[in-house]
Amino acid sequence: MLEIKNLHVRAGGREILKGIDLTIPDGHTCVLFGPNGSGKSTLLAAIMGYGSTEITEGRIVFKGQDITRMSVDERAKLGIGMMMQRPPNVTGVKLGDLVKATAGGGDCEGVLDKVDTFGMDRFMDRDVNVGFSGGELKRSELLQLTAQQPDFVLLDEPESGVDIESMALVGQKVRELLYDNSVCGVKSNVNRDVSSLVITHTGQILDYIGADTAYIMKDGTIRCSGRPADILKDIREKGYRECIECRSRIVKL
Amino acid sequence: MQKQDSEAVKKALGKAGAYGEDIDIDRFEAGTRNPEAIDDIADADSSLRETMSHVGVTSEEERSGTIVFIDNGMSHCSNREQEGVEILSTRQAFEKYDWVKDYMWNAMSPEKDKYTAKTYLEESDGYFIRVKEGYKARHPVQTCMLIKRNKTLQNLHNIIIMEEGSSLEIITGCSTTHSSGDSLHVGVSEIYLQDDSNLQFSMIHSWGRETSVRPRTAATIGKGASYTNNYILLNPVGSLQSYPVSSLNGEGASCTFNTMCLAEKGSNVDTGGIAVLNASGTNAQIMSRSITKGGRMIARGRLVGNAPGAKAHLECRSLVLEDGGMTLAIPELETSVADVEMTHEAAVGKIARDQIEYLMSRGLTEDEAIGMIVRGFLAGSIEGLPQSLRKEIDEAIEKANLGS
Repeated sequence: MLEIKNLHVRAGGREILKGIDLTIPDGHTCVLFGPNGSGKSTLLAAIMGYGSTEITEGRIVFKGQDITRMSVDERAKLGIGMMMQRPPNVTGVKLGDLVKATAGGGDCEGVLDKVDTFGMDRFMDRDVNVGFSGGELKRSELLQLTAQQPDFVLLDEPESGVDIESMALVGQKVRELLYDNSVCGVKSNVNRDVSSLVITHTGQILDYIGADTAYIMKDGTIRCSGRPADILKDIREKGYRECIECRSRIVKL
Repeated sequence: MQKQDSEAVKKALGKAGAYGEDIDIDRFEAGTRNPEAIDDIADADSSLRETMSHVGVTSEEERSGTIVFIDNGMSHCSNREQEGVEILSTRQAFEKYDWVKDYMWNAMSPEKDKYTAKTYLEESDGYFIRVKEGYKARHPVQTCMLIKRNKTLQNLHNIIIMEEGSSLEIITGCSTTHSSGDSLHVGVSEIYLQDDSNLQFSMIHSWGRETSVRPRTAATIGKGASYTNNYILLNPVGSLQSYPVSSLNGEGASCTFNTMCLAEKGSNVDTGGIAVLNASGTNAQIMSRSITKGGRMIARGRLVGNAPGAKAHLECRSLVLEDGGMTLAIPELETSVADVEMTHEAAVGKIARDQIEYLMSRGLTEDEAIGMIVRGFLAGSIEGLPQSLRKEIDEAIEKANLGS
């Protein structure tokens, strides 16, 4: 599904990613751990093609196509979708209009009848993201993504800013996005095999989705990988540094 | 009808407008006062109907009445709510009622500039709308001012009287046809809101690339009355300058100006609103949203607080879609009274890149994303815009092709 080779990326005037290699097979859910400032969000932004990132070396191949120089909307149309950690306010644009436009392009108009299951029915006439709480932002992002039905989903800290009660709904909607095709109604593509790359600090989201592989990123490179549950346990017990050191030794052996 | 010193007014014929470039009035021929009569809007020829529909003047269903001027004469007048709304030409009203003269050149001075002077001296006709005391109109009145012949000076004098406790919505559309673009439109409108009345006045303009436009609008607002002035210009124009004034003379009076303008390359637009708060507890809001796409755009706003307890806010926001042209926001606040609360904010700039990319990441093309943001910027930000105008606005935005 996605293959990243020797990716170097500049953002905010300096090099953030220093040679990332990453392969995500069809239907795989991958988790990205790493301390603040390690470059996780920059990696997601570079995969989506946001202008805040500049790819200086390496390439990104998605579904067999080199997308390194592709525009954001072309990537979206190929099947990449992203849930931003802090999406921008879009004053004047109604959430309902954006969801409609998104669903129209992605053949998921069925989602418009299920807005209430996201708890967003009262927000359809509100300006996108303006004055939304943490949980509302996430549910709004998930509603838009569900309308979009991407084959590859980038999730940047889906649990951040969400209270414990709302977390169950956010988790359920992420799970549906990755594994459930019925939400779109008759037009749904039953054989959809969704892959994802998920940034998480707490691992809370792993209570709702089954992850296949976890990676730890530090200083702009991927340091180690392993089973998500093991890695999370190591980070919790030993911290990032020791976990990385220990795991690199294992890999070398 | 002539009560002012006509010598002084004649002198004002040489007086350029306070704002905007000077227009040589003599370059244009006086528009005819005897245009073709249209019995029913639905029977007008198709090009006229199309021109009218672009400025919100549609079928007479769902309208209290319709009055149409072509060049300088009345072409159509119909009225479905005669029990409470009176629609005449200004000339007819002047002949019918002795008191109409008291409302002529009262809110507006004929000596303001050459455009008002010309209109005064020629005793120009126009529309007269009066809503009787306590009457609340069920549907809007629509008025239309068309220029049909090229190189024409259209100068009209309109009077609106809202009697005590009355309420009405007016949609007025002004336009040129395809072949009459090199013309000058002057519309003098005097608007009187008596105590506790309510008027929503929406003006939509659609002109040619060479047309010069000089509307002159003044409103006086009585105790507890409320006035909304919507102004929409989303098509190319030659030179347009308009700076309507509302005088809030009665306690608790309120007014809102909403302006939505686009200046494409070659367009020279200078618009805004002035609210003069002369009584205690009055409040005013001036909201302007403008877009410059290679043209010249001046967005003005002026609040004058002359009485204690006056509250007013002024907001000018401009999007600049491409380099070139010029955008100038001029918000002004003036008072000599301590107990007033007047604020303003102004912002000029491009659409934030992260907003465009955010919408693109949902599969919208860059043009679609920009179009959606621009549409929201213009329409979504102005509250209280009549539903009946939304379609015309959407179409005009579509036509302006703001995404590219």
